Amino acid sequence: MDKFAMSSSPHVRASESTRRIMIDVIIALLPATVCGVYFFGIDALWIILVCVASAVGTEAVLQKLMRRKVTALDGSAALTGLLLALNLPVMAPGMLWLPFVGAAFAIAIVKQAFGGIGSNFLNPALAARALLMVSWPTAMTTWTMPVDAVSAATPLAALKYGGDALSPYLDMAVGNVGGTIGETSAIALIIGGLYLLIRRVIDWRIPGVFIATVALFTFIAGPEGLFTGDALYHMLGGGLMLGAIYMATDYSSAPMSNTGKIIFALGCGILTSVIRLWGGFPEGVSYSILLMNLVVPLLDKAFKPKLFGTSRRRAKFKGVTE
Amino acid sequence: MAAKRSFKGGVHPLKRMHHGKILSENSAISACSVPDEVILPISQHIGAPAVPIVAAGDRVDMGQKIAEAGGFVSVPIFASVSGTVKSIEACSTLSGRPCDSIIIENDHEDRLSGDIVKPVRLAELSGQQIIDIIKEAGIVGLGGAAFPTHVKLSPPPEKKIDTLIVNGAECEPYLTADHRVMLEYPEEIVRGIKAMMKALNVKKAIIGIEANKRDAIDAILKYTHNENIDVTVLRVKYPQGAEKQLIDSVIDRQVPSGKLPMDVGCVVVNAGTAYQVSLAIEQGLPLYERVVTVTGAVNQPSNLMIRLGTPLSHVISHVGGFSGDVAKVISGGPMMGVSQQDLEAPIEKGSSGVLALTHKMAKATRESDCIRCCKCIEVCPMGLLPFLIDAHSNSNDFEAADKDSVFDCMECGACSYICPANRYLVQSIRLAKAELTAQRKKEKQ
Repeated sequence: MDKFAMSSSPHVRASESTRRIMIDVIIALLPATVCGVYFFGIDALWIILVCVASAVGTEAVLQKLMRRKVTALDGSAALTGLLLALNLPVMAPGMLWLPFVGAAFAIAIVKQAFGGIGSNFLNPALAARALLMVSWPTAMTTWTMPVDAVSAATPLAALKYGGDALSPYLDMAVGNVGGTIGETSAIALIIGGLYLLIRRVIDWRIPGVFIATVALFTFIAGPEGLFTGDALYHMLGGGLMLGAIYMATDYSSAPMSNTGKIIFALGCGILTSVIRLWGGFPEGVSYSILLMNLVVPLLDKAFKPKLFGTSRRRAKFKGVTE
Repeated sequence: MAAKRSFKGGVHPLKRMHHGKILSENSAISACSVPDEVILPISQHIGAPAVPIVAAGDRVDMGQKIAEAGGFVSVPIFASVSGTVKSIEACSTLSGRPCDSIIIENDHEDRLSGDIVKPVRLAELSGQQIIDIIKEAGIVGLGGAAFPTHVKLSPPPEKKIDTLIVNGAECEPYLTADHRVMLEYPEEIVRGIKAMMKALNVKKAIIGIEANKRDAIDAILKYTHNENIDVTVLRVKYPQGAEKQLIDSVIDRQVPSGKLPMDVGCVVVNAGTAYQVSLAIEQGLPLYERVVTVTGAVNQPSNLMIRLGTPLSHVISHVGGFSGDVAKVISGGPMMGVSQQDLEAPIEKGSSGVLALTHKMAKATRESDCIRCCKCIEVCPMGLLPFLIDAHSNSNDFEAADKDSVFDCMECGACSYICPANRYLVQSIRLAKAELTAQRKKEKQ
């Protein structure tokens, strides 16, 4: 008699996989990556390659050393490397040790030390960026103006400190302004975001609420009194699109329930606006996401999905017998 | 007809292949050839096993009672062929657990039992008489759970029932048996529903059918004029036919945790069961054959009327054998069905389908680490946190699994289906339930 494979149901599975999701996010980031290399030159490409290679390499070496299954090629480390690169300013090839240190830190300390994929409570790329910011602040905040390669203020710095001319909206939309490699082209980032929404890799809640909160907050708390802010400038400037669409949505450092996601994104938006308007830095997306990452365990505890049969709808039927 | 109704969560397995139903949905119900020997387990239903009333060597007729109900929550078993009782012995069953079974050698005469008499017309029957007929016909829920129908129709008097819900969702991929029964026997189904409405003394019945069975919906609607029977069109989504989700979709009531449909004033029966009820009342026929979808990697995917007790091997050869390199054979559908080690087990009352999957269709998957994407939460129709329960279960923290409502899980499989890390979520949930049940048993002693 034939013997067949025995297994627990279900016997069919969706064609999704961890790698497919990671590749989807990398695909979504391609337009922004191309824009970054186009505007910031070939040096940007080197930074991206170093970040990706050292992230994947660090993960492989560590997993080998810890005798765990090597999953360095599942796309997740590569994505962390790419995200870190997109969060760095362009710098001379002599400085390439800095992206290397950042990527190795992101994977070794932020991701693997806490248990690997799915267990990190901070976004690895953002935590690495924060480390580099406090360790090498000058290198991390020397912004090179695209194309003509002269130092210049970012749009948000121009807004905050004055002195420099504000950037035109069109330049901010396409990415022809100062900033990190991947954050400047709002249009490219939004195109990638739409792809992720269609592929259902992310849902609208975190990016939608995050961006809307920043827009609303900066519009209300304008420089010349209430409702005089330039919301569009704040939406297009700085790292909001990159942060809201690609960083705050990181699976392992975002809340699990829909209510949790909305509160998380609201917190990110408020913190970003507060830092931008009244804080010591012109930009606050990275720090606000990191701060809100720390609140996620609380949000997960407080807002669990509603168990079936406990919603208000049940009250509709008067005859329910307890 | 209002907009398509639905519940929260759920998945769309095999959507591009019309949920696998395209293989068999256009094949009319045909009779399966009858084997030389049928194997009838005495426990084909939820509840106490039936008690055999025949012995080896006895001659039996088709439709003759061969085992008596073993209690209130139990039903009798009937001979599905005429012939001689060969033996009563433990045989393998679809669930994987061996069970005492009555084996009948078929004389291929199909002599119908003299016990089968046409009862009086429905109008002349009282509610209790209807329930008695249903019980004496050995009828159980034909959707898969095989819960005795007469028990469902006898709620305690303090539970006020106002609606009978008929489950025509058939949300499991590949399965088309209910679809064909609704399409080919709509009048009988409506009459079966009327009988059960009378038994329950309710004024209203609603049939919930998924929108992909348009022809069945139209067929049923032809017979529901002037009756208090509505048809609700449901969104095509798995598990639309799960009892609690169906009630939620159809009449907007949520059965609380640990409660039953009767606690929210309804009783749910399967559409195929309604058909069987009409046969019992109008023709006096007990349940000894049923419609089963035999599909997947077989040469002629079909909907067959199969005598209970027919071994799977016979069923597979009736449809021309396997096509391709079959890795798995499943009793039921691909989401909740039980995989079979071999083809020895017989078709029983709760068999809704036999599905053969090739290596490609049943791709063996390996678990990788959870990436916390929370898709399992999104699709869980019960509002659970499957990945967390999985983590508790894997670290043997079953108490934590209990706190996270593991017992509310109905094992529909939506979470495992969607998981990109291919985690065996349902499996570890089952483990947690089994461990907790065993622990509680121990504590009681």
